[in-house]
Amino acid sequence: MSDLTRRDILQRVAMAIAAAATFDKLDAQEIHHMVEMQTPSGGTYTPGSLSAHEYRTVERLADLIIPVENGKPGALEAGAPAWIDMLAGVNAQLKDVYVKGVAWLDTAMTSRGATDFVSATSAQQTAMLDQIAFRRNGEQTPDLQPGIQFFNWVRRMTVDGFYTSRIGMRDIYQGNTALAQFTVPAASLEYALKKSGL
Amino acid sequence: MAQVVRNPDVHDVVIIGSGAGGGTVTKVLADLGINVLLLEAGPMSSAADFKEHMAPYDVPHRGVGERAEAYFPPAQGRGGGAGIAYGADFGGRTIEGEPYTTAPGNQFAWFRSRVLGGRTLHYGRITLRFADYDFKPKTRDGLGFDWPITYNDIKPYYEKAERFIGCTGAPEGIASAPDGIFQPPAPLRVHDVLTQKACAKLGIRAINGRQAVITRPTNGRPPCHYCGQCGRGCRTASNYASSYVQILPAMQTGRVQVLANSMARELITDASGKVTAVSYIDKNTGTEKQVRCRTVVLSASACESARLLLNSKGNGHPNGLANSSGMVGKYLTDTVGFSMSATIPALVGMPIYNSDGYSNHLYVPWWLWDKHKDLNFARGYHIEVGGGYGMPGIGSFNGTVNRVEGYGLSMKQAIRENYGISVNLAGRGEMIPNEDSYCEIDPDTKDKYGIPVLRFHWKWSDHELNQVRHMQQTFKAILETMGGTVPAINTQAPVPISTGGAIIHEVGSVRMGDSPQTSVLNKFCQAHDVKNVFVADGGPFVSNADKNPTHTIIALAWRTAEYLAEEMRKGNV
Repeated sequence: MSDLTRRDILQRVAMAIAAAATFDKLDAQEIHHMVEMQTPSGGTYTPGSLSAHEYRTVERLADLIIPVENGKPGALEAGAPAWIDMLAGVNAQLKDVYVKGVAWLDTAMTSRGATDFVSATSAQQTAMLDQIAFRRNGEQTPDLQPGIQFFNWVRRMTVDGFYTSRIGMRDIYQGNTALAQFTVPAASLEYALKKSGL
Repeated sequence: MAQVVRNPDVHDVVIIGSGAGGGTVTKVLADLGINVLLLEAGPMSSAADFKEHMAPYDVPHRGVGERAEAYFPPAQGRGGGAGIAYGADFGGRTIEGEPYTTAPGNQFAWFRSRVLGGRTLHYGRITLRFADYDFKPKTRDGLGFDWPITYNDIKPYYEKAERFIGCTGAPEGIASAPDGIFQPPAPLRVHDVLTQKACAKLGIRAINGRQAVITRPTNGRPPCHYCGQCGRGCRTASNYASSYVQILPAMQTGRVQVLANSMARELITDASGKVTAVSYIDKNTGTEKQVRCRTVVLSASACESARLLLNSKGNGHPNGLANSSGMVGKYLTDTVGFSMSATIPALVGMPIYNSDGYSNHLYVPWWLWDKHKDLNFARGYHIEVGGGYGMPGIGSFNGTVNRVEGYGLSMKQAIRENYGISVNLAGRGEMIPNEDSYCEIDPDTKDKYGIPVLRFHWKWSDHELNQVRHMQQTFKAILETMGGTVPAINTQAPVPISTGGAIIHEVGSVRMGDSPQTSVLNKFCQAHDVKNVFVADGGPFVSNADKNPTHTIIALAWRTAEYLAEEMRKGNV
């Protein structure tokens, strides 16, 4: 699909950095490192910013947010947690969100009979998410607010990380390619025409 | 003061600026065997500079920024905060060290691209001929001004441009949207078809988009590969940009020399008032240099060309060169802009397909062009239609996720179902030139090169405001006919009209006309006051029809270049 070489990527990273005039230039080694980290590495990834425990928590959350679907890979396979860890490593404010968020989540789980979130049972985990995945619960139970805000961050970044990955993008987006002819599938057109009544 | 470096060579033609106007003049003159020197304020550009086909995953941060800064919008007034920019803008509304100002209480947004090719690298490629009536608006409704030329004067140049550059479309025989020489258009996308059918129910005709995109091999350029990324530049040169369609090929003739990173500051005149040299800043060294010339073509953009003339205060022209009429900078216009979007239920759950195509497959020309006596505004607008499945990026699904909340497969299914279901209608209307909208030199502000900057004045009239009210009602009707839900229009709220300059169709500030008392240029875009000065950009426009200006800039520039060549041959300049 893409004809990008590694060198192209490095060139583009350099361009993007040059464009971001408010930030100091990264040196080539650091860029190299970031490109290395781009490669999804499955279970072998070692977090560089989050602690092992925080990272495992993010992995579990990402898996719950976008799970495997009929054998189609989810956020874990798409490398979303590694991407989140990489960004936490370059933005202290973001790291703070995750450090404090995981701590809140673990504390909240202890009042539910678990030692922390990641070691809780699946049922305990989803019971917690059913609380913090909806804004309206915070109106009824203000104590949930920090958890709701944290989950909002994880959900947003997991969705971003999944759909901006090669794997995730393929789930919905069929473009960014080269076609000899542009055609519109009859099935799509007929579906919309019939449904619209136009 | 540092010494000015003067090159003794006398160039036949020095062209200032390399956008649609400068690129066209470069190509036409080179084809006619004339040597030109082209000054460009920005760097050279090549396909390697374009982010075409780049996906978020091609950079480690996926587009959120090297420091995840797009997740943390900066405090008001601070720079930064942007993620990756894929567009081939090479500039924008803020350029470091090159400010512009607005008069107190006025708003204007000026978009500048400093690069070979200028704004043609990223524009929408919409290619519309003016209608014959667009050249005589004052004759029609008593407002604004007539052009010194007719549709028939420019028609051969529209044809030359369409043949050389390529333009999609189909002949329709619509008076407000003259047919051109068209290449086969790509089929309408699903949201285009729905929009077209909804429009038809309301008595509005929607037709194939007219785009400077080639669908057949054209003059050595391969056809479009339908990636939908026209705004990023085009690595295969399958759409128009002056750099890769005109200037870089013209350089192969050996008759074109480009001085990049060269910012023109002033035109130097002799005792007779003729221009003898162009003074410019060599950005590579920060030094001021001069190149001598027999003729000069200003194609720096409407406002930069006005600025250059106003800043050239030499022998006997204290108010700026070619400005005995006082018209330089005056009657600046932009396009009236307003947009409305809605989600269309009929698109929910539709089998997803590759809808990239090219920028606009559908175009809705002004349909009430002969009904203005029944309307409370004098000039028309057209509609540009957006929609389809764009490349996902950071934040693409925030809206859906915030609405459905939750997690897991139900959330993922909602993302899938809500992806690509929005249709956006963008109105693009004609503004009538007025005395309160103009640019002038700000006496107190200079850019980092020491060049005095422009100060903008802006005012919309009731014609433009009422036009936007009409767009609101029309777009609501179209979107609702498609099944969308649109909130009631609050007619008590301020009219949601675009900021002046925001549509990036600013023209008219160096206008042409028959009378040297009321215009800067004659009907060949040659200065009335200074015979060896020509203008080839949006500056010469006398009116700003609802047609996007680039096609007319190219046609006018082509005509001006041929005239200039002939006048040189005759020894008149």
